[in-house]
Amino acid sequence: MSILIDSNTRVLVQNITGHEGQFHAERMVGYGTKVVAGTAPGHQGESVSGVPVFNSVKRAVTASGADTSIIFVPVPFATDAIVEAADAGIRLIVCITEGIPVLDMVKVYAHVHQMGSRLIGPNCPGLITPGQCKVGIMPEAVYLPGPVGMISRSGTLTYEVAGALASNGVGQSTCVGIGGDPIVGSSFIDLLTMFQQDPDTRFIALIGEIGGSDEEAAAEFIASEVTKPVVAFVAGKTAPADKRMGHAGAIVSAGRGTAAEKIKALQKAGVTVADSTEEMAKTLADLAG
Amino acid sequence: MNIHEHEARDILAGYGIAFPPGRVAATPDEARTIAQELGGKVVVKAQILAGGRGKAGGVKLAHSPQEAWEHAGALLGSSIKASTVRKVLVAQAVTIVKEFYIGAVLDRANKAVTLMASSMGGVDIEEVASTSPESVIRVTADPLLGLADYQARELAYGVGCSKAQSDAFASVARSLFRAFVECDCSLVEINPLAVTDSDEFVALDSKMVIDDNAAWRQAPLFVLRDLTEEDPAETKARELGVSYIKLDGSVGCLVNGAGLAMATMDAIKLQGGEPANFLDIGGGASAESVVGALKIVLMDPGVRAVFINIFGGITRCDAVAQGLVDFLRETGTDIPVIARLTGTNGPEGRRILEAAGIGITETMSEAAAAAVKVAQEPRTVTT
Repeated sequence: MSILIDSNTRVLVQNITGHEGQFHAERMVGYGTKVVAGTAPGHQGESVSGVPVFNSVKRAVTASGADTSIIFVPVPFATDAIVEAADAGIRLIVCITEGIPVLDMVKVYAHVHQMGSRLIGPNCPGLITPGQCKVGIMPEAVYLPGPVGMISRSGTLTYEVAGALASNGVGQSTCVGIGGDPIVGSSFIDLLTMFQQDPDTRFIALIGEIGGSDEEAAAEFIASEVTKPVVAFVAGKTAPADKRMGHAGAIVSAGRGTAAEKIKALQKAGVTVADSTEEMAKTLADLAG
Repeated sequence: MNIHEHEARDILAGYGIAFPPGRVAATPDEARTIAQELGGKVVVKAQILAGGRGKAGGVKLAHSPQEAWEHAGALLGSSIKASTVRKVLVAQAVTIVKEFYIGAVLDRANKAVTLMASSMGGVDIEEVASTSPESVIRVTADPLLGLADYQARELAYGVGCSKAQSDAFASVARSLFRAFVECDCSLVEINPLAVTDSDEFVALDSKMVIDDNAAWRQAPLFVLRDLTEEDPAETKARELGVSYIKLDGSVGCLVNGAGLAMATMDAIKLQGGEPANFLDIGGGASAESVVGALKIVLMDPGVRAVFINIFGGITRCDAVAQGLVDFLRETGTDIPVIARLTGTNGPEGRRILEAAGIGITETMSEAAAAAVKVAQEPRTVTT
């Protein structure tokens, strides 16, 4: 078991003929992911890395039975790609694209929610169930199958912790990068709910950062609903106020969204909050025995 | 992106929000001319991006054009909240009967736009929200339908507008929401929104923050970015497409990925040092991007050591290492560099760095500790 994706997941790559789409489609295929179709308007009938290309998501779904899509569509057209996937009945939509205007995400989130699809991202590295399926852009070498469910707002920090865990011989059930934007399709709580129910996940790693109140909401949820041990790390203790720290969502504004507030809330909920990524990995490795 | 008060004022006026007559001046003489044209009392307001300008002495009342000239002379060129005042807004002073607050924010928790209003205008809304939360009225606009008319009225009734004032207040709310959406804002505030002795609503101060992600479709707004208010290294970084924020410490950082970049700063602090900057070159890393970013880090004269923290991932660490070694040889900088390269071809990359005498470490904490140590060592002065 795992959450969201496994060896049966049938993946569609939106904008598979683009530079990024082509590159990562090939790597996902190399990992053993069932990449069953790609889309690129005007390219129906072509193929990329042996994957058939279609003009639209609907056509691709009809022909291939794809249930999950990964989006490598540039900013001006990315929200259209998300809407197209939701309208075609894609169950899980993963949007890698960074830089989507946040007010577009307000509308798209509402639409995707109405259509009953799950969106991961945007501005995220995707997700991976080690040994089974990769729907993302992460360096797969650092991931091992194992008992830790990981949820993170940061791509490279996840690689960092996964790498440190691997050097301790500990792997993950599924790792999900939820994205660094102010509005993302899935929150910590959405993923905590799934990891709590997943029998293969014995421990949960939560990597947060400054900005917003998703960590505080997660803390409240953990206190009442999560029985599995949670270890957290929150980046940005030294971040100045009112500055956007790389991620559009990583900003302390009007004094809210600081690392200190988030750490306090998580600790109050019984979560072990690590001071560094190494300490986080070590704590998880100790738990996993 | 933050824009100046007078710019927000011009934009919001285009949406039908009333402001006292006034214009921006760059010299005391211009300020005097504007004051003469306006007649009567005027306020002279320093145009800086930082908040809390009033308390810092950046807003002055002038009873005559001569006094406006004097205030402008004192404000222009002075430093308020670490910003140099380059322009002042000269606007007619109005007789205020009551002050309200109205604002719109991107509401991350509700994934929507929320409008807030309060009868306690003229003070920081965060302060009002914490001291008397019952006085802050909130309505959240439907993501797909937008702000409903009844919600705009709800704000007016909620802040205690009289029957005569309600329609006008609701109209301000609708205009504010329209400006917010059409200009891709993440914050719009009018504080205070004053009621004059002639029962009209006039915006006395306004603030707009625009979503950087919308720069590509808000080109006319993004020409308003005030480069004089940011560090030259930040401007240079934006040109190169990397995120850089200057801080006050001595350990420069160069990292790929925003989360890892923040964690690197935190690691430096944890080891007893202070980061000199935030720098995220993006998820991927190439030799070119590392070298370009290093030049930016070294623009800060306060940097005493540089910590390069690259998680190779898809990029090959040996390529990054070679680029770095070539650059350091070329420039001959005497700032010590500590590097941590992990991921694809990490061992090859580390060998290249080691051969060139660059400090390398295995873990992030070790690298942070080493960088802090060299940054704190007394520097050899060559005469």
